[in-house]
Amino acid sequence: MNLYIELLASTIRMSVPLILACIAGLWSERAGIVDIGLEGKMLIAAFAAASASAVFGSAWIGLFCAILASLAFALVHGYAAINQRGNQVVSGVAINMLAAGLAVVLGNEWFREGGRTPALPPEGRFLPFQFPALDGLPAVGPLVRIFLEHSILAYVAFALVPLTAWALARTRFGLRLRAVGENPHAVDTAGIPVAALRYRAVIIAGVLCGVAGAYVSTSLSSSFVRDMTAGGGFMALAALIFANWRAWPALGACLLFGFLQAIGNFAQGASVGGFQIPVQFINMLPYVLTVVLLAGFIGKSVPPRASGLPYVKDR
Amino acid sequence: MTPAIELLRIDKRFGSVHANKDVSLAIAPGSIHGIIGENGAGKSTLMSILFGFYQADSGEIRVKGRPVRIRSSSDAIAHGIGMVHQHFMLVEPFTVLENVVLGAEGGLLIGPALARARAELTRLARDYELEVDPDAVAGELPVGLQQRVEILKALFRGAETLILDEPTGVLTPDEARHLFRILRTLKDQGKTVILITHKLREIMAITDRVSVMRRGELVATRGTKATTVEELAELMVGRHVLLRVEKGPSRPGETVLEVRNLTWKDGKGIARVDNVSFSVRKGEILGIAGVSGNGQSELLDVIAGIARPASGQVIFEGKDIGILGDPRHVRAEGLAHVPEDRQHRGLIGSFDAAESAILGWHHLDPLGKGFRLDRGKVVARARALMEEFDVRPPDPLLRSSKFSGGNQQKLIIAREITSNPDLLIVGQPTRGVDIGAIEYIHKRIIQLRDEGKAVLLVSVELDEIRSLSDRILVMFAGRVMGERGPGADERELGLLMAGVAKDAA
Repeated sequence: MNLYIELLASTIRMSVPLILACIAGLWSERAGIVDIGLEGKMLIAAFAAASASAVFGSAWIGLFCAILASLAFALVHGYAAINQRGNQVVSGVAINMLAAGLAVVLGNEWFREGGRTPALPPEGRFLPFQFPALDGLPAVGPLVRIFLEHSILAYVAFALVPLTAWALARTRFGLRLRAVGENPHAVDTAGIPVAALRYRAVIIAGVLCGVAGAYVSTSLSSSFVRDMTAGGGFMALAALIFANWRAWPALGACLLFGFLQAIGNFAQGASVGGFQIPVQFINMLPYVLTVVLLAGFIGKSVPPRASGLPYVKDR
Repeated sequence: MTPAIELLRIDKRFGSVHANKDVSLAIAPGSIHGIIGENGAGKSTLMSILFGFYQADSGEIRVKGRPVRIRSSSDAIAHGIGMVHQHFMLVEPFTVLENVVLGAEGGLLIGPALARARAELTRLARDYELEVDPDAVAGELPVGLQQRVEILKALFRGAETLILDEPTGVLTPDEARHLFRILRTLKDQGKTVILITHKLREIMAITDRVSVMRRGELVATRGTKATTVEELAELMVGRHVLLRVEKGPSRPGETVLEVRNLTWKDGKGIARVDNVSFSVRKGEILGIAGVSGNGQSELLDVIAGIARPASGQVIFEGKDIGILGDPRHVRAEGLAHVPEDRQHRGLIGSFDAAESAILGWHHLDPLGKGFRLDRGKVVARARALMEEFDVRPPDPLLRSSKFSGGNQQKLIIAREITSNPDLLIVGQPTRGVDIGAIEYIHKRIIQLRDEGKAVLLVSVELDEIRSLSDRILVMFAGRVMGERGPGADERELGLLMAGVAKDAA
């Protein structure tokens, strides 16, 4: 019983950065900007959060710096993709490489711990809320605590899903954003500036990746270590495709991938019939599943039509 | 009366291209004003300036007598100008309602706008014969209805002046007639319509006044009743144009192509070409008429070896080429093919003209040895072809997509005719082609016939079929409805095209 509860709690924790990154990607890609750089933005944000929090002793300042760092990267991507009409995949890959390198170099220069940042004290982290009183509830108490005892950032992540679904479907901004991802010419001739709309999408993606990064280094963990996002950004992209660029299915996909990661963490050291399963094998599972799912188990997945295409007026 | 729209001394350059030269134009309110000109004459540029898509380098725009600045489409919309683009500006996965509302939501939430649009659409449908299901997905509608959605978009935004850019290019004759009815109703309700086209027939049929553009200049404006097709054609091209094809009697020789009981079925097992038999002789042009989508395209595909017949034979110079089912072998037998879909099958837009000019013949020896292609020879060949067939601009290194439709078609026809075929099959030779180029293309086809070659012509333009063909077959629902001579009555052919056979052949 206890193991299952722990597994559930871990699933939720592991899902949070995936959800944030996935929703970030969703906003960007529904506007027609392919975002391979989720991973890099998350990573630089994780580094910025841990560094700023270590220096200033405040998780909130850490979060703020994380968002700034991620936003800066997002704007670089936006400039390349929107103003310069560059290849969005190349720009995203560049952002990933830059983030991975920059975080370690700066970390080493500032803290001299081989790219790590100093371990954060409790006030430097986003800690889970605690509801010990709930234990008074018979039977369901511990279970309810599993769902509620998370940091504020996790609440943000889960709240984003309905918010995103609603905003895309029901608001003017959502309608225009979806339109610009499908046919920017239609948007332009309707008298709506295409570039401004796409920049807004890119900015949303930047902010959300910033939150995701801060969660990874100051809530899940208590310092930054190199490559600590471990492909989460790519998994979020996979989840996005898996979910056909829709918010609610994206939540489902992220929870599934989070669950697999949680299993990976729990199954370390497990053995089958005397044969010890290598840790690497367990850790591999979510990625293998991603490949398998994307390779054919999800049926047809239709990306926004103008996805990845720079907008150029005729002539 | 104050003009609804006035353009004064509009001038616009794109780099070295002078797209609009000092153009002045006044459009009377409540009228239908046609603007004609060949492709590249500057009609679309002028209208794009009026709609705020581009800014003029100099000049002034007045709406109802007041000077206005139109810097974007939203400015144009605010001044009551709406535009239906040649390529529709619809968000395909959106519903009709969402498309109509986009950009005119009037609030942060779209719920109220959708409700308003639904009510407005009902009203517009009643007033203007503009019925469309508001909840249909735009991308799944037939083109005629998509165009209606575009008109509805403009009207929903309160457009007083509606610009239509080549609106009938994608429509069937029936849809085009419906569109014209809509335009007349709009006019009767006091709206102003600007119709851009290169089809003289449409101008004569529907406009009140017509302005002619040539090479960026507005060369004349006439009352439609006071002008003739011949005069407009001459103004458009800048020289006298023969609208009627001149040709002597045909001297048919032996049979080159014989199609026997040919049937082709699509993926669902429906016979799109149904038991078709006919023959083509040397020195004659056989025209196949019919409304688009009645099996002509499929018939061409089978004869060209692109599709394999389900049953029946295609006998070309005594050999059954239907069983080959391979365009390269069919070409090697002496058959040349000008495909219906120029952009997708005729050439490759991103290739330069020299490369497009050898497609399908690229493996032949004179162009290189073995796997090697002699670039110098390819370019030299293209240069010669472009010279001979008057392809403009005569630049073999220019990307194929940069040529106008007519010049692309001339390039393709040059490529196919110079292969010295015994039979040329041509699909829609002049679709989207300027009248100047049409005249030339028709001349070359007749010339080929007079050289004793056989030509199989498929066209949805009945005029073209009637003026070129020595014999006419009419197809309907995959079957041949009958054969007529070149002098056949237009009404009679029309009936056959509609599937009404008084005396089925």
